[in-house]
Amino acid sequence: MFNFVAMQVENDVKQMEEQFQAKIDADIRIEPRDWMPEKYRKTLIRQMSQHAHSEVVGMLPEANWITRAPSLRRKVALLAKVQDEAGHGLYLYSACETLGADREETIDDLHSGKAKYSSIFNYPTITWADIGAIGWLVDGAAIVNQVALQKTSYGPYARAMVKICKEESFHQRQGYEIITVLANGTPAQKAMAQDALNRWWWPSLMMFGPTDADSPNTQQSMAWRIKRHTNDELRQMFIDATVKQAEVAGLTIPDKDLKWNEERGHYDFGEIDWEEFYNVIKGNGPCNKQRIEARRKAKEEGMWVREAAMAYAEKQKSKVKAA
Amino acid sequence: MSEIKKEWPLWEVFIRSKQGLSHKHVGSLRAADAKMAIENARDVYTRRSEGISIWVVESVNVHASNPTEQGPMFEPSDDKVYRHPTFYEVPEGVGHM
Amino acid sequence: MNKELYEYVLRMGDDSLILGQRLGEWCGHGPILEEDIALTNVALDILGQARILMDYAGKLTNKKEDEVAFLREEWDYKNVLLVEQPNGDFAKTILRQFFFDAFRLPFFKELQNSKDETLSGLALKAVKETTYHLQHSSNWVIRLGDGTDESHQRLKTALEELWMFTGELFYADEVDTKLVNEGIAVDLNKIKPIWDAKVSEVFAQAKLQIPEESWMQKGGRKGKHTEHLGFLLSEMQYMQRAYPGCEW
Repeated sequence: MFNFVAMQVENDVKQMEEQFQAKIDADIRIEPRDWMPEKYRKTLIRQMSQHAHSEVVGMLPEANWITRAPSLRRKVALLAKVQDEAGHGLYLYSACETLGADREETIDDLHSGKAKYSSIFNYPTITWADIGAIGWLVDGAAIVNQVALQKTSYGPYARAMVKICKEESFHQRQGYEIITVLANGTPAQKAMAQDALNRWWWPSLMMFGPTDADSPNTQQSMAWRIKRHTNDELRQMFIDATVKQAEVAGLTIPDKDLKWNEERGHYDFGEIDWEEFYNVIKGNGPCNKQRIEARRKAKEEGMWVREAAMAYAEKQKSKVKAA
Repeated sequence: MSEIKKEWPLWEVFIRSKQGLSHKHVGSLRAADAKMAIENARDVYTRRSEGISIWVVESVNVHASNPTEQGPMFEPSDDKVYRHPTFYEVPEGVGHM
Repeated sequence: MNKELYEYVLRMGDDSLILGQRLGEWCGHGPILEEDIALTNVALDILGQARILMDYAGKLTNKKEDEVAFLREEWDYKNVLLVEQPNGDFAKTILRQFFFDAFRLPFFKELQNSKDETLSGLALKAVKETTYHLQHSSNWVIRLGDGTDESHQRLKTALEELWMFTGELFYADEVDTKLVNEGIAVDLNKIKPIWDAKVSEVFAQAKLQIPEESWMQKGGRKGKHTEHLGFLLSEMQYMQRAYPGCEW
């Protein structure tokens, strides 16, 4: 009898999984309270929270230059841009919450090192040109990924991405404008721009993650349409789009193997230093500790503020009740 | 003070983008009370003039239908096309109705 | 050139510029994401005001906005000492903001009647912005004051540090006298009672005592600053000083 019930449950789950996959295949969005396989839920929470953490940690290297921005126009643009990243982090945490992933716990996972974020933000912003390079390359790479994610299978994630893409549209332009102004400026400015490109190019390519051969989760994520293109596909799209932009700016991409392949219809490019990639992910990047420390400090130092607001709210509530 | 909850409650945010349109769900945020939730919604969700009116509802107060009952709940109305706005023609320029 | 007008524009402009710079330091480090975003909105409004005023000061002297903003010596900055005070903790930042907003709102309301069109135009826009800023900072002062013991204590400490810088908001000299007579500037005597009333109202809800009459610092309007301004400027001016005459 017991076995029979267990079998029945198993059959039900199998049937639900099939229905679930059929919905996905028909491009029907999955919404928060819909039935979903546990692994889909977990994978999504992991991906969305990583994405959220990347937005929020990503504020730090750029915020670094708000007080030093070289003109008022650049200062307000950068401030607005970094603020947008905070907003995007918030939209994505909000999407995580639709699956019951409490924001505070999600953030604690970041601070404990359990959760990952984009390894690009573990590189330092040394000069003003780095602000240009981040906007142009890092946001450029992110956009390639995010545009694809507007069609991701989970409704709240897709909707967050639509909003984010709309807002991000000025970010890359802002960065590219900074770079081109520098590239057309004094020799010192041009050198600054080239130096930034030299440092940010390879880490930007790493943003798309390991090669498809080394990306074991890709297949399942593609089937669930959480991911819409493979890492290598997205990386190639980014490179193809960026080469021309570098040329127009008069800057040299630091890859001697980079050349147009007529047959493939794409640019060939050199070998990425995967050892560096895995080390930065592991925590060995130049700024990993500094970034997490800054976020942890903000949370700890904000604790009394959050408690005070809560205490005040509770007092007001009991006053209303008493009245 | 130990009985006080640590994390601010979650609020759902609804925004009316212009006169004549209904409020639309845009996402959620954290706030200690309703006043703060409205202020935060203004700062988070209307940075690009997306709204002229904001509603906030504490998420615990939102009651939802059960998606597993989607069939009996919603399919009976599928053949009642006359209830749908698209059944009727509205001239262009009238806007959302 | 109207020397007094230039001076007056700088005083307002530097208040906005320096406070905007200070608020910008918070970006990425706020007590919670929502408030991080809110503070940046305030910073953006205030820097927007600063840009209009720097541009105007530049027009009066044949200079560009950024030349005025970035390439003056320390003694040529005319902001009140209050706005250059370091951010400290959130209580200090929010109290500094509250004192400033409570001054700026009635100030801009009056400035809407200025005979100078640039200034009245700026004021029209700034009244809306500042109304929201004051609401935001007032609400926080009340929450912190009537929140937990810790938040109350922190707010009190901030008050002890900042109170002596509030008197300067109402400092007026021959620049003001001349421009008030010309119908350009705001008579600060009219603003003081409004500020007093707002502070009393909010402090009552925040369970804070208004400090007794005490010595007030001044000097900012004449270019005599606290030690903090130099550090702020060295950061803010770094690029313009290191790479003179460049486009950015």
